[in-house]
Amino acid sequence: MATQHSRSAARLMMAPAVVLLLGWMLVPLTMTLYFSFKRYLPLRGGDLGWVGFENYTRFVTSSAFWPSIQTTLLIVGGVLVITVVLGVLLAILLNQPMWGQGVVRILVIAPFFVMPTVSALVWKNMFMDPNYGLLAHLWKFFGAAPVEWLSQASLPSIILIVSWQWLPFATLILLTAIQSLDGEQLEAAEMDGAPAYKRFGYITLPHLGRAITVVILIQTIFLLSIFAEIFVTTGGAFGTKTLSYLIFQRVLESQNVGLGSAGGVYAIILANIVAIFLMRIVGKNLDA
Amino acid sequence: MGQIQLNQVTKSFGSVEVIPPLDLTIEDGEFCVFVGPSGCGKSTLLRLIAGLEDVSSGMISIDGADATQTPPAKRGLAMVFQSYALYPHMSVRKNIAFPMKMAGIDQAEQNRRIDAAAKALNLTDYLDRRPGQLSGGQRQRVAIGRAIVREPAAFLFDEPLSNLDAALRVGMRLEISELHERLATTMIYVTHDQVEAMTMADKIVVLRAGVIEQVGSPLDLYNRPDNLFVAGFIGSPKMNFIEGPEAAKYGAHTIGIRPEHIDVTDASGPWSGKVGVAEHLGSDTFLHVHDTGLAETITVRAPGEVQLHYGDAIHMSPRAELMHRFDANGLRMA
Ligand SMILES: Nc1ncnc2c1ncn2[C@@H]1O[C@H](COP(=O)(O)OP(=O)(O)OP(=O)(O)O)[C@@H](O)[C@H]1O
Ligand SMILES: [Mg+2]
Repeated sequence: MATQHSRSAARLMMAPAVVLLLGWMLVPLTMTLYFSFKRYLPLRGGDLGWVGFENYTRFVTSSAFWPSIQTTLLIVGGVLVITVVLGVLLAILLNQPMWGQGVVRILVIAPFFVMPTVSALVWKNMFMDPNYGLLAHLWKFFGAAPVEWLSQASLPSIILIVSWQWLPFATLILLTAIQSLDGEQLEAAEMDGAPAYKRFGYITLPHLGRAITVVILIQTIFLLSIFAEIFVTTGGAFGTKTLSYLIFQRVLESQNVGLGSAGGVYAIILANIVAIFLMRIVGKNLDA
Repeated sequence: MGQIQLNQVTKSFGSVEVIPPLDLTIEDGEFCVFVGPSGCGKSTLLRLIAGLEDVSSGMISIDGADATQTPPAKRGLAMVFQSYALYPHMSVRKNIAFPMKMAGIDQAEQNRRIDAAAKALNLTDYLDRRPGQLSGGQRQRVAIGRAIVREPAAFLFDEPLSNLDAALRVGMRLEISELHERLATTMIYVTHDQVEAMTMADKIVVLRAGVIEQVGSPLDLYNRPDNLFVAGFIGSPKMNFIEGPEAAKYGAHTIGIRPEHIDVTDASGPWSGKVGVAEHLGSDTFLHVHDTGLAETITVRAPGEVQLHYGDAIHMSPRAELMHRFDANGLRMA
């Protein structure tokens, strides 16, 4: 059949989608690059001309830059560790036959459907508030002084909130992976004399390797840009200023679009470095 | 070091009784085959012996010691699964080493046993491959290798050859038989292929719906089937069963005669009919004869090449001394 013909027809029909996607990606990217070389202060004179790499040097030499990188990595790393470890455990638990399995599974997945802003507000006001939060009541019940979570333990609190949101995602992916594990392999290992924890280590965990890789990759991409959770809880105070939050402050609070855009370009570079790193580490896991 | 005894063992899944009370003894060094139609409980019985399922009641003893509550790993049995159940992320060497690693056997001894097993099973060239890079027959051998190195009291095989093609199946059948001769270890082998059962077994256990229909050597079962089920199950092609007046002549409700015990005679013979399909195998010819007035079809085995074709009229004479007689309950009459 006329493969040449059908191929060009296919190209033609895909074209609108490709053009739209490219535009969607390229327009903001080009604008970011454009502004990053300008001195552009919307409320203080507008476009003040080209400045070369000044925005770039100013962004990295500001005292807030390195702490923000550190915070970003801490949050991403912390959430990854918590969601993967708890996700594996929860997946194993949910895979056991038990009463009310369907309902339990839906409950476990539910947090994923709560919008980040809402969940952060719920955590902030209902759990972590030092006066009337649930955790404060719990602490008081045991006679301890309530912890002011979002100021005294701000970073762990945010990691907790974000982990709570992403745990369902990790659990879901790992659960489907665990369900595809051949039961006879576990039985064979049992007959080979492997106790439960060794069966987990030698059979289940390697089987989950690929799913864990996928979870880490996808979560990293999304976690590098978390914003709402920080915005509604600490507002970037108490050492919770991530790179994306810093960019937000530069653009909207200091009304310096040029400086913020330079930060945006750094964020793109950081995300790519992390992505390449991860691909290298886990790439061989994926094509095995 | 490998005698297995089942005493009034039962197994139910929920309210469904899959194995009614069952007694069976498998002697040390014996090659015992469980055969029966699909769903009759062969795998379940094997898994009960392995300890992968708990018995609902009754007792399993291994070498005279009660093993009913012993966990699978402690029973000293090795199992080869139908799906092979190899560990996909480990090399062949690591797969075979796994049970020894779990048992804490030292490295030198591990290597010695791996090399010996690999040599015996023709796996030496594949030790560093992953199971995914092996053919079905090679995977099967790895699974057997993994079982051998444990030096178990008995091997349990659950339809190990059913995923292989016909030629490979014959080859592996011989290899397993040879392995049994060499190791002289008890083997319990599940299959629904009666040719495998006949060729490999010292003792065949015929199961139907969880009930043992007959236990005996292959030739016992062939020569003296206890009932219609065993008579029909053992032997290929299947035994012919004839009811009615012809059976009454022999004083039985049903008579059974194997295809190989009927002679084809051109001119005369007590039975006659028309040849339907003739299957020419070269060494033998199987004739499916219709219009005999005895049963819908009578299968006859004629040795060598026979020049008979569709629609030809023939006469047959059964060898009366090799006929089996069954009563109205389907049980063998003396
Ligand atoms: N886990 C289970 N729960 C409920 N019923 C089961 C379970 N396992 C097996 N059965 C039932 O027990 C019966 C025997 O099953 P089993 O697997 O032992 O058959 P089998 O003889 O090995 O058949 P095949 O030759 O097809 O492998 C079947 O009717 C099956 O439906
Ligand atoms: Mg089975």
